[in-house]
Amino acid sequence: MSAPDAPPGPAATSAIRLDDVRIAFPIKGQSTYEAVASTSFAVAESEFVSIVGPTGCGKSTLLNAVAGLVKPAGGRVSVLGRPLVGLCREAGYLFQQDAVMPWKTALDNVALGLEVAGRPRAEAEREARDWLTRVGLARFADRYPHQLSGGQRKRVGLAQVLIRHPKILLMDEPFGPLDAQTRQIMGTLLLDLWAADRKAVLFVTHDLEEAIALSDRVLIMSAGPNARIIGDHRIDLARPRDTADIRLDRRFHELHRAIWSELKAEVVKTYGEASA
Amino acid sequence: MSRWKLLVLQVLVGVVAIAAWWIGSSVKIAGVLLLPPFFFSTPGDVFARVIRMFATGMVWRHLGITLLETALAFAIGAVGGIVFGFWFARKPTVAAVFDPYLKMVNALPRVVLAPIFMLWLGLGIWSKVALGVTLVFFIVFFNVYQGVKEVSAVVLANARLMGMNERQLFRHVYWPSALSWMFSSLHTSVGFALVGAVVGEYLGSSAGLGYLIHQAEGVFDIAGVFAGMFVLAAFVLVIDWAVTLVENRLLVWRPQSALLNE
Repeated sequence: MSAPDAPPGPAATSAIRLDDVRIAFPIKGQSTYEAVASTSFAVAESEFVSIVGPTGCGKSTLLNAVAGLVKPAGGRVSVLGRPLVGLCREAGYLFQQDAVMPWKTALDNVALGLEVAGRPRAEAEREARDWLTRVGLARFADRYPHQLSGGQRKRVGLAQVLIRHPKILLMDEPFGPLDAQTRQIMGTLLLDLWAADRKAVLFVTHDLEEAIALSDRVLIMSAGPNARIIGDHRIDLARPRDTADIRLDRRFHELHRAIWSELKAEVVKTYGEASA
Repeated sequence: MSRWKLLVLQVLVGVVAIAAWWIGSSVKIAGVLLLPPFFFSTPGDVFARVIRMFATGMVWRHLGITLLETALAFAIGAVGGIVFGFWFARKPTVAAVFDPYLKMVNALPRVVLAPIFMLWLGLGIWSKVALGVTLVFFIVFFNVYQGVKEVSAVVLANARLMGMNERQLFRHVYWPSALSWMFSSLHTSVGFALVGAVVGEYLGSSAGLGYLIHQAEGVFDIAGVFAGMFVLAAFVLVIDWAVTLVENRLLVWRPQSALLNE
């Protein structure tokens, strides 16, 4: 099932496409740190793709390159068939850390996405209330972020991203800081919302179970530096899924075993370097 | 601690201090007064003087002048600090060029500027306002500068990806962040505006609380000096309370612990 550096499909059908993307950072005293080596892959429209890899392998960096927050040292990023220039305006990006404005209420935070696009305040507010209801925060519209729990803040962030109807979704370990139960609830919520219009999703995580439970495809990234995609697995679990129940499925375990055997070597590599 | 218990303890501290002062200034211990009234006055005299200041109404004009100078110093200093804070934070080259001069001016003890301001602006309120402005400006300036610089990189990236242009970034990100920093130093900057006004009056004027205290000192009227100080202290408490009200209204979004840390 593994096909390293699988050749991407034709550009026209890809929501996100990377061709030989390399990412390097200058380091003081040395020349450069090669974070990500030549990488190519594609995410088809309405496909949910996860990238898993050991901590610090550069998967978030790769995601930032797609968002336009990081400029690749080489290669090409295309979004919806067009080469990416500057920031990716088509993308909705859900960050690992809290990215909502602490000085705005939940409602104002969610409405902000539409207000920035020039929609009238009343209309933006109405739609924001609707989205808060969808993420289960209808009663918390007037709370400030510090008055919400970590999971609730993530819901606000999710609504803030989705209200703009971005064509693609980029997610950088969005549920990483949450506790185990909340993560599963958020995963199921994400899948429910995603099922409504099936945008292309690129989801970065170090949690393999989460990746399998959510995705159509799981890409494995090797340990850094010079990280590469070393595995590409199709997840043929039926949808709709409940991210908690699916973990008891037999097929889930088979997939987990197959992917983990590849991932484990990379995790051990990272761990070995860290303790050396 | 309950509110009432706290209040009782707070009052108790005041009562003990005044009682000690009263005993020291009016009860002879081993034949001597520990606090001779010529140098320390007595609580009774000072209290009577404060009452008379308000009863005759002479104090209101001075309070009004000092309040006006404080308000003007704060407003002008804050506006200047906000404008320059934003400008420097968004234009690192400008900040780098002016950095040594800012540090130089900020390091200067402001009292030495008071006579210069009096030469330039006369003995009226503007020389006092100018003194307060030099104090307030730097506090607001540094806080706004920091507030713009310290915007979380993630919040900023999120805002940019949301499609915000420079104007929207200013309105939704930089401005609220800078304001929160400025308001967290509101007590300090309002306090310094008052210090500027009073020190200015003290050094040369014909009205204001600083002038009252200075006049009393000139004739060794210790009760007058203390009375002026008490009125000034009560005045500061009232201003501080007003600032707290403003702060609670404007910083509702901040976690309580962060407010306590200021």
